[in-house]
Amino acid sequence: MIIELFFQYLVAGITYGIIYSTVAIGFNIIYNATGIINFAQGEFVMIGGMTAVTLNAFLPLPLAIIIAVIITMVVGALIDIIFIRWIVNPSVLRMIIITIGLSIVIREIALHVWGDGVRALPYFTGNEITSLSIAGVHISPQVLWVIGVCSVVVIALNFFFSFTLVGRQMRACASNRNAARLCGINAKNIVTLSFVLSAGIGALAGCVISPITYVQYDSGTGLAIKGFTVAILGGLGNSMAAVAAGIILGILESFSIWVLPAAYKDAIAISILLIILFYRPSGLFGSREVFRLKEF
Amino acid sequence: MMLKVRNLEAGYGKLKVLRRVSIHVKQGEIVTIIGANGAGKTTLLNTIAGLIKTQSGEIMFSGKNIHGLPVERIVFYGCSLVPEGRQVFSTMTVKENLLLGGYVLKRKKMDGAVEDEIESVYSLFPLLRERKKQLAGTLSGGEQQMLAIGRALMARPSLIMMDEPSMGLAPLIVKDIFNIIYKLREGGKTVLLVEQNAQASLRIADRGYVLETGRVKLQGPAEDLLANRDVQRAYLGKDIDADNL
Repeated sequence: MIIELFFQYLVAGITYGIIYSTVAIGFNIIYNATGIINFAQGEFVMIGGMTAVTLNAFLPLPLAIIIAVIITMVVGALIDIIFIRWIVNPSVLRMIIITIGLSIVIREIALHVWGDGVRALPYFTGNEITSLSIAGVHISPQVLWVIGVCSVVVIALNFFFSFTLVGRQMRACASNRNAARLCGINAKNIVTLSFVLSAGIGALAGCVISPITYVQYDSGTGLAIKGFTVAILGGLGNSMAAVAAGIILGILESFSIWVLPAAYKDAIAISILLIILFYRPSGLFGSREVFRLKEF
Repeated sequence: MMLKVRNLEAGYGKLKVLRRVSIHVKQGEIVTIIGANGAGKTTLLNTIAGLIKTQSGEIMFSGKNIHGLPVERIVFYGCSLVPEGRQVFSTMTVKENLLLGGYVLKRKKMDGAVEDEIESVYSLFPLLRERKKQLAGTLSGGEQQMLAIGRALMARPSLIMMDEPSMGLAPLIVKDIFNIIYKLREGGKTVLLVEQNAQASLRIADRGYVLETGRVKLQGPAEDLLANRDVQRAYLGKDIDADNL
């Protein structure tokens, strides 16, 4: 029995871990292209989930999700074009304050549009009480959807960054912005693209997780904190490390319930964030040498 | 006239580095700009390339006014810069670096030319072919310089500007790099070369400019500059008074 409980916690931890890493990957994409943390990343997840729920009222689920993702991508592009793109030689602090401000504005707009009700998409297959039993562990099919979709996203992103010209351009901008411009790459367009891409990934994650985690106008904040912790834990900018770090955080959180009251679950992430920032700001998998050269 | 810079003034914020600098480069020439640290050599190249905003003056390239254009447009017109300190994409492979250099060709709808150009860069630098799958950051300084030059050549520029290509390299490698620059001209390129190694760069150049605290102090054919006593004393490390004893 105790073994079954162990695996049950493990699966729950991995699920949440993968959710966090998807948010962290969104952070990393924009960080790589611009060197800033986009604190509105959690809001992309919320917009994706909320829009899909609204559209699902009159559209079939797959179509609602696709349109919600596209709408969020447009929001991401507009954020860059209106607020970020025109700034000449922006300082890191200024950009961060802009994204924090935007996250507040987006939350308020969402509150006016959707109210403060908690919503959720229906389960993609089955419903709340369906569960698959694998080796004595009960798993909701939605968990498999989360793991599947996030894995596909990570693999597709890896392919995109390694083998396509645009992906290589994004890496070139991350590696050396001026050298990339000297190759004829329009760095501003690459930044816009990074906002579009991370908005899309955030929105997709928002749709897939909403049956499990639910979505509300302010649910982006919590996810952003967890995602940020994971991004730092893995080493900023490293998407594969984010997946590993996400799973570590998810499992730690999940097992913390055994020794701590459940109310302290969220404190785990914050504690880890502080410990990492104090003792190893380059992250578990980041190189200290590279980190020292970074501006932020 | 390939490049014509007139009364150019530029700098960083309120600090003016270049003061009414005028230079020109003709098709097929190797022109070198020499000068001490802080004379404004790098600023001049970066301003022509569009990385630094011009405060006043004009820059004409192949008959077009490129003053104030963004970097990527200037590269598109055929004026490439090999930046100071190499600046290769260190987390990417040698081949990927070259492919990115070839992006300009792609934009010009000459996709087929990219592979040809990579081949010609490999034949110019056979070492790069051997290391094509290696990460650029793991190359030696000389190899990184070759890669930086190769990456700039991928755009098939008509003018290639080089900022201190010999910086921090062993003397043997420096010789190789200068041989390559000489070869580039034979291959029809025009070269604007900024160097602290005045001796070597004046040897391969047709003409030269001496930059001092943001002004053009001297200019003329390279052999005249090599023979000039002021240049010899200040930049070639020759003790003229000792020669006369």
